[in-house]
Amino acid sequence: MSALLTVEDLRVTFPTRTGIIEAVRGVSFTLGRERLGIVGESGSGKSQTGRAIMGLTPEHGVITAKRLDFNGIDLLKASKAERRALRGKRIAMVLQDPKYSLNPVMTIGRQIVETLRAHEPVSKAEARRRALDMLAAVQIRDPERVFDLYPHEVSGGMGQRVMIAMMLVAGPELLIADEPTSALDVTVQLEVLAILNRLVAERGMGLIFISHDLRLVSSFCDRVIVMYAGRIVEELPAARLAEAEHPYTRGLLNCMPEIGADRHPLPVLERKAEWKE
Amino acid sequence: MSMSETQRPAGRANRRARARLKAVAGFLLVVATTYLGLVAVTFFIGRVVPIDPVLAIVGDRAPARVVERVRLEMGLDLPYYQQFWLYLKGVLQGNFGTSVLTTNPVMTDIRRVFPATMELATVGTVIGAVIGIPLGVLAAVRRGSVADQVVRIVGLIGYSVPIFWLGLLALLVFYARLGWTSGPGRIDVVFEYTFTPITGFYLLDAILARDWAVFRDVLSHIILPASLLGYFSMAYVSRMTRSFMLNELGQEYIVAARAKGLSETRIIWGHALRNAAVPLVTVIALSYAGLLEGSVLTETVFAWPGLGLYITNSLQNADMNAVLGGTIVIGSVFIAINLLSDVLYRMLDPRTRTR
Repeated sequence: MSALLTVEDLRVTFPTRTGIIEAVRGVSFTLGRERLGIVGESGSGKSQTGRAIMGLTPEHGVITAKRLDFNGIDLLKASKAERRALRGKRIAMVLQDPKYSLNPVMTIGRQIVETLRAHEPVSKAEARRRALDMLAAVQIRDPERVFDLYPHEVSGGMGQRVMIAMMLVAGPELLIADEPTSALDVTVQLEVLAILNRLVAERGMGLIFISHDLRLVSSFCDRVIVMYAGRIVEELPAARLAEAEHPYTRGLLNCMPEIGADRHPLPVLERKAEWKE
Repeated sequence: MSMSETQRPAGRANRRARARLKAVAGFLLVVATTYLGLVAVTFFIGRVVPIDPVLAIVGDRAPARVVERVRLEMGLDLPYYQQFWLYLKGVLQGNFGTSVLTTNPVMTDIRRVFPATMELATVGTVIGAVIGIPLGVLAAVRRGSVADQVVRIVGLIGYSVPIFWLGLLALLVFYARLGWTSGPGRIDVVFEYTFTPITGFYLLDAILARDWAVFRDVLSHIILPASLLGYFSMAYVSRMTRSFMLNELGQEYIVAARAKGLSETRIIWGHALRNAAVPLVTVIALSYAGLLEGSVLTETVFAWPGLGLYITNSLQNADMNAVLGGTIVIGSVFIAINLLSDVLYRMLDPRTRTR
């Protein structure tokens, strides 16, 4: 398995008035054309890891790493323009809530076409045709009609499918999905996940699936990384999640309610200072 | 089944037409009520103020019977509600009475002075928006930089310096010392009698007449007061643009646009500003309406024969008909501009459109 992405000792820090905040503190992993889940609580650095790979770290943030390599391209050395050419074209990202992540005053069609035209010199008609195909690929029944709708005119699940279409239309090799289903209803979640899963498999993309939902990640991904306080505390195949050894992961697993099990009260997550080391 | 399906589109179109009609009717009702309120308030303020309109006409040495006759002629012996009714009837027919000061019908006077104000306000607003929006965008994008500080200080000065002082200073420097511009007034005396305005907007009239000498002269007259109003408008517009842009640039759809690999130029002007434009329209429209009221101070300093100057002169001469007429015109302008910004708002923000 050739590595699509190699991350070695990634650190993201934010200097603030009250001192330096270390959001990511030495994260290393490699990714092939597989589905990698990153789980962790809020502030564990999982989103900042994804954004650092995208090159979307807020401007005052500082990124350092021994290696940050995408398909032979050194992302640390790449210029701003080179990073931008990669974004959307080869590395894409699906955000959490379509209600906020789609531009409210632009039609859905234009937003999808825009991704294409930022990277390829395609004609208007060609771009439109490919956008319509992409809408059909995310199982939108009437692409022609949806093309001309505004984001507020579609449901959350449909909005997230539009988001996926917008990010995949230029054919990226790596997709970072940052909590892509957390803002959706449970029934819609599975639908969107199934579409995402099928597209990732069909196109042979690598996927980084960032979530706080351990169960979702374990059922959806091949491999799972558990992050805590900016570090990876455990990495294991999704199927063997039950064998997790780190006390934090065990704690997460223990918190999950089970049907039929009479556990009152549910155990509370422990956080120990020594795990941060 | 088949019947209901054929009937449904027609029924829906009907319902939509009825809904639209209802919306228009409701809207007209609101406008009519606003107007009635406006006329009533201005009328009663005009009657309550301790000014004797009869005295303003006949002078203080007129014999008592003349005073009495004029009082009867003006209908001032009638009860207030009857006077109001007569006045309202006049207003509805476009008759605001006669100005004591100019002896013209108030409507004729306003038709003469309002274009002057409107021309000045329009040029000022255009200057303010054309400079203010890019400056606000720049300040927001380079937040905390030197450029941002400069824009904020320039804006702050625009906010705090009194306009008459800046106006006099500008006249002193650019007219008296440097001689780059013309002085007070709208047009040079040389052209005053050869040039016949058509619309009352001199710049436009000069273009229509293809009289470039007049155009240059009018331009050199309007440039100082318009720049001054433009500066104040710019101060406000740039500040609001900055804050709207900062708000938009922090939104998730900007992150998504970056994730798509769009250029910063496109993200800033195509996405963020396009969204910031929605509230900006209201800000610019209101600042425009403010200038249309007639900037009394600017018009006084520059001897600009506009609405502000007209109302002030009328007020000082107890010319109540003129004051009331002017006030109603200002009110109408406000209503019209609010309407226009509502329409623009709807065009810019699809979420406010009803389908």
